[in-house]
Formats: sequence, structure tokens, C-alpha cells
Amino acid sequence: MVNSVTNLGRSGVYDWVIQRLTAVILALYTLFLLGYVLATPDLTYDVWKDLFSCTAMKIFTFAALLSMCAHAWVGLWTISTDYLTSSAVVRFIFQLVCAGFLFTYLVWGFDILWGV
Amino acid sequence: MLVSIYRYNPEKDTAPYMQDYEITIPGNRDVMILDVLALVKEQDSTLAYRRSCREGVCGSDGMNINGKNGLACITPISEATKGKMDKLVLRPLPGMPVIRDLVIDMTMFYQQYEKVKPYLENNTPAPAIERLQTPEERAKLDGLYECILCACCSTSCPSFWWNPDKFVGPAGLLQAYRFLADSRDTMTQERLAGLSDPFSVFRCRGIMNCVNVCPKGLNPTRAIGHIRNMLLTQQV
Repeated sequence: MVNSVTNLGRSGVYDWVIQRLTAVILALYTLFLLGYVLATPDLTYDVWKDLFSCTAMKIFTFAALLSMCAHAWVGLWTISTDYLTSSAVVRFIFQLVCAGFLFTYLVWGFDILWGV
Repeated sequence: MLVSIYRYNPEKDTAPYMQDYEITIPGNRDVMILDVLALVKEQDSTLAYRRSCREGVCGSDGMNINGKNGLACITPISEATKGKMDKLVLRPLPGMPVIRDLVIDMTMFYQQYEKVKPYLENNTPAPAIERLQTPEERAKLDGLYECILCACCSTSCPSFWWNPDKFVGPAGLLQAYRFLADSRDTMTQERLAGLSDPFSVFRCRGIMNCVNVCPKGLNPTRAIGHIRNMLLTQQV
């Protein structure tokens, strides 16, 4: 058993499930948006605003945003532990920068979403 | 035939280098790579490589042959040079410390093998004669027990190159599943608990390099998939 304090689920099984589940949510969200754009020939600002004003869409978008952050963390954590193995300090700094970006995207995305 | 071989003697050389040898194969026959090495050894007795059974059973002569890991004793020249020039490039198995020339230090490989407890554990009282299995239960071990620990698979796996101290590797995981699938073993929960971390099993990305190089035709990726399914069934 090899432990790591920085991985998301503290377990390979949880990380594996999180990555697959978030991938499904992101795929559904992408397909929905793509379908919506294709099915709406007259896509104006008001139509787009109405879509994102709906509570269900806000929940769906926030779920996609959370999924993006979790998915990216699992992936970037894996990359950092594969390629940055010579120095734990460098690895930790890389992980901190990634975490900082993801947290910023999350808060920023939440702010935009609830500002509609 | 031109044979280019990785040479490194840490007592004399500051860095590894490739050395070329021109050999003549008697009768121009399609001999095995191990026979080629024997011919080179006649020219240059300082060349070091491992060999023992010379028939693909002991797993001693695993090496990188024209870019692909394999056993020198059961790889014919025709297979190694397929689609390429009449040149043979021999290197030690990648990703492991080199002791000398084609001889690698397999300590980390064996440490990972040891980690999976590759032996039967049963905490019930021993029967008078033996622990019986049905033919169906025994059939589950086919494709698992045949591994000869040549390390061709683990040393072709990038995940094992990056984390040889944490990722068990295809050879170790094939053996882990061999005992998870054994109806006589009673330590399934404990074995799975030891494999549920982010490195031991889940570093496998399923690229199947291990399947591509296994000289015994085994499928470690499938075994890893079975372990993953067992972990998911147990923990989700």
C-alpha cells in the first residue's frame, strides 16, 4: 500500500471512479451544449441568457465545472507523480499552482454563473 | 551480419556505448539471438549477459532486441529483423539499473513481486491430504501461473519506468491476480486492501505494451482489469 496525501480520493479506486464519473458528466454537458447550438438557428444573447438563467442549467453547468476541476486534478496529480519524481518540492509547487488555477476557475465560474 | 550491442562496464567506462560486431552465421541458418550472442562472445569474451536454460523456461536472457523486449533464446533472427535492415541491435531491458552490458539489476522488480505475496495463504485448518479444486476453479488459473518472471513486460511499461518503487507492474499484478483467482486462497480481502492505493494497480493505463512483449503469450492487462473490477465491486 502506497499512500499519498495530495491525491483527491486518497485511494486509487476513488480516483478511478471520480475520473470516469466526471468524464461522463463533461461529455453529457458538451453534447448538450453542442446539440443546443445546432438546434437553435437563431442564437441571440437573450436566448443564451435565458438558457443560463434556468436553475436546472445552473446546476448542470456547476456540476460540469466541479467535474472539470476534479477531473483535471486527478489527471494533473498523476502527471506530477509520473514526471516530477526527482524532487518532492518541485512536485508540490506544481500541485499548488494547479490547485490555485482550478480553485480560481471554480470560484470565477460560480461568480459568472450566478451573475446571469 | 552486423550486431550492435550496448556495452557498459562501470569499473572501466564512464558512460555506456554501442559496440558493433560483424559475425558470420554458420550455414546462414535462422538461429536464435542467444546463438548470435554466443558467436559474439567468441570474438569478445568481455561481453556479459545472462542465460541458463536456453529454451524459454528460466527467463534469464530477457533483453531489448531491435527495440522490442524478448527472450534471446526463443527469438529467431528472422523475427527480430523483420521489416528492417540486416542489423541486430541488442540493449539491456529498459528502465532498470545496468550492472554490466546486458545484465540488469532486477532488485526493484523482485521487490514488487514480493509485495503481492506470491504464495497461497489459507487460514482454515489443513485437510488430511490436499485442498481440492474443481476443474472449473483450476481453469481460472490458466494464463496466470505460466509467468517465468523474465521482466520483459514490466520493463516495457512506462508506468513502471516512472514509478518502479510504487507501481507493482504487469508481472507482479499478473501474480497478484493468480492468487486472487485461486479458490484455495482465503486472503482475498487483505490482498485487495493492499492494492487499492493510487499507485499499485491504478498506474496501469492499459497501453498493453506488456501483452505485446510477453514471450509466453500471457495477458497481464486483462488480469489488471480483473483486479480493478474486484476492487470496484468491493469498495463502491
